Amino acid sequence: MNMIDVEDISIGMSLPMLVLPPISRHTLAVYCGASGDHNPIHVDIDFAKEFGLDDVIAHGMLVMSYLGRMLTSWAPPKMLKSFESRFLKMTHVGDIITVKGKVVNKLLVNNKWVIDLDLEARDQSGEVKLSGNASIVLI
Amino acid sequence: MSENKDFRDELVGYKSPTFEVEVEKGRLRQFCHAIGESASIYNNEVEAKRAGYRSIPVPPTFLFCLEMERDDPYDWFKELSIPLGNILHGEQSFKYHDIVCVGDRIRFSGEVVDAYDKKGGALHFIVHRNFVFFDTGVLAAEFDRTIVVQSRE
Repeated sequence: MNMIDVEDISIGMSLPMLVLPPISRHTLAVYCGASGDHNPIHVDIDFAKEFGLDDVIAHGMLVMSYLGRMLTSWAPPKMLKSFESRFLKMTHVGDIITVKGKVVNKLLVNNKWVIDLDLEARDQSGEVKLSGNASIVLI
Repeated sequence: MSENKDFRDELVGYKSPTFEVEVEKGRLRQFCHAIGESASIYNNEVEAKRAGYRSIPVPPTFLFCLEMERDDPYDWFKELSIPLGNILHGEQSFKYHDIVCVGDRIRFSGEVVDAYDKKGGALHFIVHRNFVFFDTGVLAAEFDRTIVVQSRE
């Protein structure tokens, strides 16, 4: 079980990053069914073309879920208090996503340690797809 | 969605249909499989209980998915004449008050809390907020989905 100790957390430190396998059509199809987000723009190339795209695009929430994986493999889910993402660029089939996080603040609030994190997801060329942040409370 | 003011008035305050769902283990397992989540607390009830949860906890973005379990997750898009192909997910934020676990019955209550334009009206932003309640009435979480609608001129 992952336990984290406040003594081990310092401002500027990085979370263990996560490098995902390339996004495939299969990844998107499985996520479509499992997430309940059946917007055809993610799985139906004909639909995507009708709306001016060259191909289907990944669900932003799929990429955000990778950030979530990184977060809760570092701190248990019950410690997570807030989590947000801005979806800056579309993620395409074939993209290799890397998610990273770092500690930007560490504050004692009402006798509990609150840790603020900056998060990002980039593709293989370094383009930032998602930028976000999260707060955890050590309990 | 023509003029800025009309566009706001039309949307802000709109309440999407309230929806209740039970957090199912199989549904969660499928989700974990889809995102490659293999941590034991999400996949093994015994491990989850050992870690102090009443059952398997949900991963951080899963509430968003459960909200889409409704008969038609895009019902309110249709009602507000938002074309599905023209939308992008701009932002997503979650606040967690208590952890939701497998077996919980939760209720979603959603409404449009903000709407604004950018780029001289070429992009409409709509912020839809969901409150997630346990069946005891206690607030478990809240989350905001900001969607971006591209104007098709």
